[in-house]
Amino acid sequence: MSSVSARGRQTAAAWILTLPFVALFLAFTAGPVLGSLGMSFTDLRQRDLRTPFAVNGVGFGNYVKAFQDETFRKAALNTAYFVLVGVPLTLVLALAAALLLDRGVKRFQSLFKVGYYLPVITSIVAIAVIWRFVLAPEAGLLNTVLSWVGIDGPNWLASKTWAMPSLIMMAVWRNFGSAMIIFLAGLQGIPQTVEEAGQLDGAGSWQRFRYLILPLLRPTVLFTSVTTGIGYLQFFEEPFVMTQGGPLNSTVSVSMYTYQQFGFGNYGLATSMSYILFVVIAVVTFIQFKLLREK
Amino acid sequence: MRRTWWVYVIAVLGLVAVAAPFLWMFLGSFKTQGELLRVPPTWLPEAPTTQNYDDLFAKANFPRYFLNSTIVALAVTAGNLIFCSMVGYALAKLNFHGRTALFVLVLGTLMVPGVVTFVPLFVLVTNAGLANTYPGLILPFLVSPFGVFLMRQFFQGLPDDLMDAGRVDGSSELGIFARIMLPLTRPALATLGILTFLGSWNNFLWPLVVAQTEEKYTLPVALALYSTGQNAQNFGLLMAGAVVVVVPVLVIFLAFQRHVTKGIAITGIK
Repeated sequence: MSSVSARGRQTAAAWILTLPFVALFLAFTAGPVLGSLGMSFTDLRQRDLRTPFAVNGVGFGNYVKAFQDETFRKAALNTAYFVLVGVPLTLVLALAAALLLDRGVKRFQSLFKVGYYLPVITSIVAIAVIWRFVLAPEAGLLNTVLSWVGIDGPNWLASKTWAMPSLIMMAVWRNFGSAMIIFLAGLQGIPQTVEEAGQLDGAGSWQRFRYLILPLLRPTVLFTSVTTGIGYLQFFEEPFVMTQGGPLNSTVSVSMYTYQQFGFGNYGLATSMSYILFVVIAVVTFIQFKLLREK
Repeated sequence: MRRTWWVYVIAVLGLVAVAAPFLWMFLGSFKTQGELLRVPPTWLPEAPTTQNYDDLFAKANFPRYFLNSTIVALAVTAGNLIFCSMVGYALAKLNFHGRTALFVLVLGTLMVPGVVTFVPLFVLVTNAGLANTYPGLILPFLVSPFGVFLMRQFFQGLPDDLMDAGRVDGSSELGIFARIMLPLTRPALATLGILTFLGSWNNFLWPLVVAQTEEKYTLPVALALYSTGQNAQNFGLLMAGAVVVVVPVLVIFLAFQRHVTKGIAITGIK
């Protein structure tokens, strides 16, 4: 058995094993990624659906149009708001929950872990439907609980001020369990001796966390902030079900506006908007890696 | 930090905050419309009724949506288990030209959002005559970069000696994969299967785009359109609908939760 023929047989096997994947992947992932880019430079509309190649190039026209569109700019700001407030809140809550479980809750730990994780695996659509009732002005769960302590809660989803914080609150509630699991794995990877050394040096528990544990968790923080950030940049179901982007476009997101433009038949414009989002996702990912690496 | 009672109080309060909306939904689904509108709201249904579920199944065609969601999720899961393990094995264990390029391609598309690809995908699927069909719902999700990544990581942890032993025994390369290596990846397959099933069950944007008539709606699509359409004020029906979407997922998750949390901790990706 020569090594050449061994390698030949491995190559043959590899191609048989990868062929179905490569075909599906090219047709349904790689192809559309490039197709989307191509379409974003054309005036493709719904009436061209059957003849997608018989369209005119418009250069950067769609991108110019997107940035000049007031609603798109509003959607971009809303998305930034959702991400910049939502991601830190989610991570802080996730880390707090992970610390609580790792340091304090030894008994029934997996019960709490599974419990906190439950919302992550449930459909956002279903959760958004439930939360519409939780946030209802009069008969809602949240305002009922608030009234116990004498607070007269607003009509959350109908208020320009409170609609977005409501969506963020729901997103944090739904997603913190995911980052918590990863933080827990990170915390369990830190050897006991690190904290014992800090204890011997007389560091208090906050100091030990701040100067010993947190720096060691840097890769985990990096990872969770990137994945949470990427997810939040695409938020769509929440406004679709809960507010339809309102009131007065105060919760319309880039994903949702892209979908609306698609619904209006403006395929070229929709793809340019989705590509702007795509570039932002790539850049944000890159920056977050840089920032957390350097410090 | 010493273990103290207040830690448990906080942990339990957290659990209540997580569980309350689900409980609210579940109890609400057995209430009448009149009771759901009452101020202050009731916790337990005063006169529990299954009317909402009766409406859901008789008038609203939810059995159909349930069947659609199940068919799509099972097909997508089967495809991912088969194809991702094949590619994961090739990437981890076989020497071939283009291996690095393929892996880079997989990694590079790990974070491509659905919103970027759905328009060209819709054009493609429509021209292939697959709009509003099961293949149209299923094909784009039959493989996933995540699944390939997970399986590759797992295969890499298996010793090469097993493959060499198989070669000495005269097994073919594909035989080594199918009979020796693949059976060892059951934990990874379990994780991949459950995560894929749940992901497909909850998937929204693509089914919303490609399912154009009611008989092809999946559960999330139906629920979202009911909640924004003419049934938007039928609170009991929506609560019951949410229960039908959520409960199967909760049952599957609680039965297999070890695989889910383990998989996330290993690959770090959800």
